[in-house]
Amino acid sequence: MLTVETIVQSLASGLLMGLLYGLIAVGLALIFGLMDVVNFAHGEFLMAAMYATFGCVVFLALDPVFAAPLVAAALFALGAVVYLGVVSFAMRAKTNVGMVQIFATFGLAILMRGLAQWLFTPDYRSIPTSWLANKTVPVFGVFLPLPQLAGALVAIAAFGGLYLVIRRTDFGRALEATREDAGAVALVGINRNRIFALGWGLGAALVGLAGAIMATFFYIYPDVGASFALIAYVTVALGGFGSVFGAFAGGILIGLVEATTAMIMPPALKSVGIYAVYLGVVFLRPRGLFGSI
Amino acid sequence: MPTDFPERRRRLLFVAAALVVMVAALPLFVRDVYVQNILVLTLMYAALSQSWNILSGYCGQISLGHALYFGLGAYTSTILFTKFGVLPWFGMLGGGILSALIALALGYPCFRLRGHYFVIATIVIAETAYLLFLNWDWAGAALGINMRVRGDSWVTFQFARSKLPYFYFALGLAALTWLVTWALEESKWGYWWRAVKDNPEAAESLGVVVFHSKMAAAAVSAFFTAIGGSFYAQFVSYIDPDSVMSFHFSLLMALPAVLGGIGTLWGPALGAAILIPLTELTRSYVGGSGKGIDLIVYGALVMIIALARPEGLISLFAPRRRARVGK
Amino acid sequence: MTSEPILETRGVSHHFGGLVANRDISIAVARGEIVGLIGPNGAGKSTLFNLIAGVAPPTHGSIWFDGANVTALPATGRCRRGIARTFQVVKSFDGMSVIDNVIVGALVRAHSVRAARDHAVEVLQFTGLGQRAGALASELTPSEKRRLEIARALATAPKLLLLDEVLTGLTPAEAQRGVELVRAIRERGTTILMVEHVMEIVMPLVDRAIVLDLGSVLAEGKPADVVRNPAVISAYLGERHRARSA
Repeated sequence: MLTVETIVQSLASGLLMGLLYGLIAVGLALIFGLMDVVNFAHGEFLMAAMYATFGCVVFLALDPVFAAPLVAAALFALGAVVYLGVVSFAMRAKTNVGMVQIFATFGLAILMRGLAQWLFTPDYRSIPTSWLANKTVPVFGVFLPLPQLAGALVAIAAFGGLYLVIRRTDFGRALEATREDAGAVALVGINRNRIFALGWGLGAALVGLAGAIMATFFYIYPDVGASFALIAYVTVALGGFGSVFGAFAGGILIGLVEATTAMIMPPALKSVGIYAVYLGVVFLRPRGLFGSI
Repeated sequence: MPTDFPERRRRLLFVAAALVVMVAALPLFVRDVYVQNILVLTLMYAALSQSWNILSGYCGQISLGHALYFGLGAYTSTILFTKFGVLPWFGMLGGGILSALIALALGYPCFRLRGHYFVIATIVIAETAYLLFLNWDWAGAALGINMRVRGDSWVTFQFARSKLPYFYFALGLAALTWLVTWALEESKWGYWWRAVKDNPEAAESLGVVVFHSKMAAAAVSAFFTAIGGSFYAQFVSYIDPDSVMSFHFSLLMALPAVLGGIGTLWGPALGAAILIPLTELTRSYVGGSGKGIDLIVYGALVMIIALARPEGLISLFAPRRRARVGK
Repeated sequence: MTSEPILETRGVSHHFGGLVANRDISIAVARGEIVGLIGPNGAGKSTLFNLIAGVAPPTHGSIWFDGANVTALPATGRCRRGIARTFQVVKSFDGMSVIDNVIVGALVRAHSVRAARDHAVEVLQFTGLGQRAGALASELTPSEKRRLEIARALATAPKLLLLDEVLTGLTPAEAQRGVELVRAIRERGTTILMVEHVMEIVMPLVDRAIVLDLGSVLAEGKPADVVRNPAVISAYLGERHRARSA
């Protein structure tokens, strides 16, 4: 029964999810904007973060809220290592550069999925209830589930933090400079390789944060990254590659579209709405909504 | 300048013919049904990857949504056969033509997109089709369509007792796609595709209509991919969205070419010959336990090839295509 | 018929958002001429060059080639009509061999790939790249790559060849060879419009020079006259003055 209440409820949930999608996508957009590489293992970074959160909760008896920064830090390290160990080589390719990046990171994704399956088995896992779960918060008459709300607030805080880092810190400025002209920064004494590694680390940390949040209300299994990954790519492409703000805006849009589609169509087809919006947008604006590349 | 260019082209034909003869003789030595199965799949993927290679290797438009055409081919011929009694041979052709037309229709908006936007569009379109078929009751939805095998016959292209007919068809398809690639490589289209791949702006300044080139490549590629799909449907006698339209297939069609040599004539066949047996064997021996080791091997292989030898393994055997000169 | 210019721009203006890159430019190039398009940085030479090549239609005005209005024709169509161009930053097909690069150009006119290859061989000989036919384009030296750009454009059998700073940044010996090549191309009957920066090399080469400054035509005429034109001198001096005080 579609009442005004249920519609508002759905859209509110969609908005919250959208903020999380945006958080996942921002990491991807950051990396792409920095060096023109799409990380096709981004979904697996999310999966790794979810498993790491699970580990912190179950084995270290940490609450997810406290596990989140740890997981973000761990993912930061993972991102930097992946750049140094894999991507830096991919970027040195002389032929078929685009293809090399795509398949190198795709191979990594498959590898990580296999590793997860081997180490953790394909069983679905979930985090035992934390103080967040099963509570809802009434906001203007709409009941928002606490975990999702907390997640959305963390996402907003993360965007705010990212904005400050990019605009106000030396690192952020170096990041922007490298984005503008990777060749020239060497002349100013900026180590390009270090910036790229840190950029990957930051992008991975953001998705790590998202994973820590999502682990509290999604099942965790080796292939969980795949479904969110596609949404992330669509979000970034929708917002426009090269635009961090676009990823944020795209995420919110996608979250709302998904919620709307779920109201109109059978649940199995809820992704179709997202895909249709993506195709519609890029056919009209081949560079996404805010893209510069 | 070397003057033996046409001769070298002819020599390629002889080499290919010799290979076909050798492979055709394999069933005399290989009686194990399990191994024959692997051979059939290897040949099928050689053909599929060769078709993919035309659009993504030669023309440089990387598609990770080719499962769409594979699935369309499979569903078209199967539905025509089970619901309307149309023989698979006609169904196969119908599927191929339908896929080519859809490729053109999709190309119209999609080829305006560059780079990653295009790749993601191909993934998204294929996923949409997958979801639609998953929920389309008339086409079997998630349960798929089962084809009753009514006994061995070339007319209905069904064989219960032996895999050999399928083997020979797959060999024929692999040879055909190779031949088509060989012919197109040295045609106007081949030059235009490679120019579009390397530098579309420069190509336009030389009179190459980039859009038409991409469309032609897409149509040819989709046509043969669909035929492969129809073949697969007849081979396994059962199709459902997961087995013919999932993203898994899109990847599996691309990887042999990436492994063997994207944009080369022999790359896809070489890649298939290595990758498919490897995949099947690891899956049988290790994958069944759900341990994911087959994925680990698979993923590592893809990464190593992409990073260490982006030109593909074929570069180990042949010097880079350089001396294509002479008269 | 022979007195009609091969190329004409009539009142061509081009804006990029708020920036006016070309302002009401009307020039003509006669058949068989070598015309130099010069001017200080930011004069709008590249913009005009690209408009003539068909990269984009001009915001205002029309472009006429060989008696026909080609304003709405994209680059591919203009190439078929007989306009060929090189790129300032060389855009060779790096994955293809030298001769294959040229064959792509030759395919515009050739009836078969074999005919295209024969023509490509001939063009390579003409431009001095005959020995490098089998090499990959990515393996060429920078000056060889420039010659490949020219060879590829020549293979389209153009009536008008647009050269974008092909003589910039070469050693004196290479530049001299370049000048000879340009003259040889004109001898074969191709009209040439070249954008250039290196005055000492270009002025002895061109029949006529057109000077752009701040988006408009500042002067045109014989090189000797243009060089002594006070407006031209101050435009260039101004540039050097600006550069020195910056």
